[in-house]
Amino acid sequence: MSHKLSEFVARSATSLPEALSLLAEPADADRGPWRPLAGGTDLMVTLAAGTLPVGRYVDIWPLDELRGITVTDESVEIGALTTYTDIRLHPLLAKEFPLLGLAAKETGAIAIQNRGTLGGNIANASPAADTPPALLAYDAELELLSRSGPRTVPYSRFHSGYKQMDRRPDELITKVRLKRTPSDAPGHTVHYYRKVGTRAAQAISKVCFAAFARVEGHRLLNVRLGLGSVAPIPLRCTRTESVLLSAPLDEPLIRRAEATLAYEISPIDDVRSTSPYRRRVTLNLLREMLSRCQVRSDST
Amino acid sequence: MKEPDVLQQESPIGKSPPRKEGVAKVTGKAVYVDDLPVAGAIYGATVRSKVARGHLRGITYHPGVPWEDFHIVTAADIPGENTIALIEKDQQCLVDTTVNHPEEAVVLIAHPDRELVERARRLVELHIEPLPMVFDLDESLEGEVRVWGEDNLLKQFSIDKGDIASALASAPIIVEGEYATGAQEQLYIEPQGMVALASPKHGITVWGSLQCPYYVHKALATLFGLPKERVRIIQCETGGGFGGKEEYPSMIAAHAALLAWKARRPVKLIYDRHEDMLATTKRHPSRTRIRSGHDEHGKLLALDVDFRLDGGAYMTLSPVVLSRGGLHASGPYSCDHIRIRARAAATNHPPHGAFRGFGAPQSVFAIERHLDKVAAQLGIDGAELRRRNFLLQGQTMATGQVVRDNIDLPQLLDRAVAMSGYAHKRAEFSRLNAEAASRGEPIRRGIGLASFMHGAGFTGSGERYLASVVAVDATPTGIVRIRASSTEIGQGKDTVFTQIAQDALGLPSSMIEIIRPDTAEVPDSGPTVASRTVMIVGKLVHNACLELRRKLSEGGLLGESYTAEEFAAACGIFHQLGGPLRVESQYQQPAGIDWDDKKYRGDAYATYAWAVYIAEVTVDLTTYETRVDRFYALQDAGRIIHPVLAAGQIEGGVAQGVGMALYEKVVWKDGRMQNAQMTNYIMPTSLDVPDIFVEFDDRATRLGTNQPHGPRGAKGIGELPLDGSAPAVASAVHHATGAPIYAVPMTPEDLMLAMETVR
Amino acid sequence: MKLTLTVNGTERTCDVHPLARLLDVLRRDLQLPGTKEGCGEGECGACSVFVDGKLVNSCLVPALQVAGRDVQTIEGVAPSTELLDRVQEAFLKHGGAQCGICTPGMILAAKALLAEHPQPTMAEMREGLAGNLCRCTGYTKIFDSVLAAVAKTEAEGQP
Repeated sequence: MSHKLSEFVARSATSLPEALSLLAEPADADRGPWRPLAGGTDLMVTLAAGTLPVGRYVDIWPLDELRGITVTDESVEIGALTTYTDIRLHPLLAKEFPLLGLAAKETGAIAIQNRGTLGGNIANASPAADTPPALLAYDAELELLSRSGPRTVPYSRFHSGYKQMDRRPDELITKVRLKRTPSDAPGHTVHYYRKVGTRAAQAISKVCFAAFARVEGHRLLNVRLGLGSVAPIPLRCTRTESVLLSAPLDEPLIRRAEATLAYEISPIDDVRSTSPYRRRVTLNLLREMLSRCQVRSDST
Repeated sequence: MKEPDVLQQESPIGKSPPRKEGVAKVTGKAVYVDDLPVAGAIYGATVRSKVARGHLRGITYHPGVPWEDFHIVTAADIPGENTIALIEKDQQCLVDTTVNHPEEAVVLIAHPDRELVERARRLVELHIEPLPMVFDLDESLEGEVRVWGEDNLLKQFSIDKGDIASALASAPIIVEGEYATGAQEQLYIEPQGMVALASPKHGITVWGSLQCPYYVHKALATLFGLPKERVRIIQCETGGGFGGKEEYPSMIAAHAALLAWKARRPVKLIYDRHEDMLATTKRHPSRTRIRSGHDEHGKLLALDVDFRLDGGAYMTLSPVVLSRGGLHASGPYSCDHIRIRARAAATNHPPHGAFRGFGAPQSVFAIERHLDKVAAQLGIDGAELRRRNFLLQGQTMATGQVVRDNIDLPQLLDRAVAMSGYAHKRAEFSRLNAEAASRGEPIRRGIGLASFMHGAGFTGSGERYLASVVAVDATPTGIVRIRASSTEIGQGKDTVFTQIAQDALGLPSSMIEIIRPDTAEVPDSGPTVASRTVMIVGKLVHNACLELRRKLSEGGLLGESYTAEEFAAACGIFHQLGGPLRVESQYQQPAGIDWDDKKYRGDAYATYAWAVYIAEVTVDLTTYETRVDRFYALQDAGRIIHPVLAAGQIEGGVAQGVGMALYEKVVWKDGRMQNAQMTNYIMPTSLDVPDIFVEFDDRATRLGTNQPHGPRGAKGIGELPLDGSAPAVASAVHHATGAPIYAVPMTPEDLMLAMETVR
Repeated sequence: MKLTLTVNGTERTCDVHPLARLLDVLRRDLQLPGTKEGCGEGECGACSVFVDGKLVNSCLVPALQVAGRDVQTIEGVAPSTELLDRVQEAFLKHGGAQCGICTPGMILAAKALLAEHPQPTMAEMREGLAGNLCRCTGYTKIFDSVLAAVAKTEAEGQP
């Protein structure tokens, strides 16, 4: 590492108010503001690589109030410190929001899943992260908390640029809220998640495609597409969604959707893959996702 | 010498006792180099060139650390020759004036605070004036930019059999192709490292993670200008090697020792994963052009091979890697007219080096893919084409070597075809793929094969020059101590040597002790490479144990048959009579083996292992991802000493071969590896490896009709599985997709591009 | 910080930086070198240990998060110096360990797998061990070893 460990300050918060008051402290001239540390699965990698900014870190891992999954009639709330393991094993999430469990299962392996948290995955703001596409597909809301109180942000507007997000230094992501689909809603639901990694496990995605759709007959009543690794941020593809909602699902509409999606994404070449591959596979996955919608609509 | 009769102890050959050092490994008590407690150690770090070629004009030590507390070593501090002596002395230990690749060591620093060392490394600025560089193998061969010697040629040779020109001219069918393999990282899970103690008064002692103690020994004696007895190399438990710890450990040992020599303190120099992947050797990238002539039945009439390797910036082991590659380039096939032209060229990559298979995986990939191309062109099944061309006992190989082993390759092929269901699956997958294509569905299945051989032991006269020695002694209580420089690197050497000694002496395992390789304690039995440990060194263990028995029985202390107690008593008496009870066995080339180094004619290897591998894959054209579902590995590796360890060698090799075929891509930029992390250099996980089915065919050994060069007829096995795995996988992908896969690694990105040529 | 934690059933105290890696605390400060470092970025699993019964990569766990916690390493797996755990025994007998460097982490991952799936399917086994890279075995003998440990448990009626 390029910095000595002794230049870093870190302490464990014993309560949420304590964590919030540390985060609210003005930035130190040398060490900047306090920054939150959750499960450590990203932060400790950058610390070892020498790329973690020298600074002050408040460990929020002990704050049990930020853990757990709460279900009400209208929504499911997932605490920011809920681990991938907790998500993977939750029966209601598996039933109603299966993309999250699939994403959690694809994140690292067991040891990572035992420590990595949903809030951490969001705050790390990697465009290649595995849960954000699922959160986008479910139109999740984030709750952020500071000493001045809570604030709610639609997740689709949270990331503003590469590693940039709508979080003030004094705010902590506390929970993720997912709206449940009423059981009497028209049509049926298609959930689609596919992570294309460099291998079958412990991989960083080259393309990640999550979709939620409500289908009735040959029409999509609702569709949300969340993509990873094809843009500087986890990308909600609203233009493509609009095209897909504009007419019955047939080959000409699929072609228009492909063209629109090709326009919305901006994949790059890097050590893991190439822009042409990401582009082609994204469109192939769109087609595969829509074929699932068609299969369902043909059988009903 | 007469083989021993059946002794009181049942022979352990062919059984699978637990590995000798196994308890230490499963309890975490095995001591690897980074686990060594070293009192008063300081920590070393290496400042590297980062520029691929240039003149070193100066070094600046920027403020930010207390430089006065650091120990700093440059080329000027080297007491002897500034070289890592190997085949030649062309590789410098530290850059003096000229940089030849981007990972060359220029400055070594050490300090008691390991965090501070890392910070200091980043504060050393090297002023390097760039020189023209070359990174492409063929560009190097064109020779416009000269980066090594007169012509960039590290080594070239030609193997000629018959009359290639007229055979090609008269062949009714000519097939041509170009094949390529990439660099591959050995990726042992334990990064490299060394601990050194050194002073002019006490000489040098180095502990480390290494395969070849005497390579390190030779390099350090030359570097320090010290007599041999002043240099001592000790192997720690070693967390995998695969060739990666064959030659590069000499470099790290040299650096650690130089720091220790100057600092007068013990130095610990341990690479992290990133540095290990950047700086240490990788498999030589290759390109092979093949032109072959056939009759309409596919019979090989002429085979013309142009085999090229990228050796990187220095010679290191490239000549011998090239030799093995060239000697395997014609495969296990019979052909009267063969020309193999082999060249290794220098580039400004870090030197490429030993990696399991050592050139053979590269050339075997080429010939096996070429035969699939021939089969497709002639409309003959790949298995059938191979059957028509197999070498038979009594026929000659490319070098004129007569096949003396009682091989029956058609039988081996039949058995592999039967165990895998190849014929049925080949037809069934073709039918399913056509149906899927017609319905616009993305899933394709494929099955493909490779047949190949691997020469055991050093190439040509290598073993004769090495003249390896094994010593065996016995304590007064009858403990037999095996002294060899062969290292335990996971393959099970300690266990198998114990079995071989037990077999020769009729003693229980508890009475056999394997002495840890330490140049002060073991003679030079050669390096732990080249699938030679069981066959060559194991045979010396066997012979030395017989010699020990003879010594005891000649003195009348031991009869033809004895108990362990009687053996122990005999040893006790021998010692009382004045001992010491120690014998040595030295390698003697078996009669009838003849090799001409200059002409590449004769017996290239004393014997070969033979194999047929079959891979079954699923390809998803939505993402172009390939999954190897099942893998069948059948081989004749002679007598199998320890079936569990032997199967473990094959399974591990197959997994590495699958990695070589599908995942393991080194991304280069200006001679540097861009993906030098485990996150981005992709080796197979437990979810990526196929179900692997391993079988051994020891029919000929049981019949006693093979040349018994190794102990009880064992042959080499360690490298074999790397040769045939990647071509079998590529063959299966070719079957599944119709895409011409003639280069590996074949990532989904590559398959996408290849599929475009199919449409 | 002064760190107090329980390691292999014994309370241990040492003075470390709060962001020191648990891996370094174990290997350097507590002299327990059985836990290995293969990559330092949570990719290879060689440094796997249990924290409060859950498998973690100790290279990614900062010291302050194990204050007061219960850590188990490979050194604490065998029931006594004479006896091996059933998983260790199986790795020894069935070729699950070759070079041994991934073995401590792999054995802990195997124990975590068997805790969640006492009779794992092949798919569960492949997934459960996917965070632990092995370059020697091709995993086949590791699968054999885990299955042998299961068989032994069944035969002996152990939990």
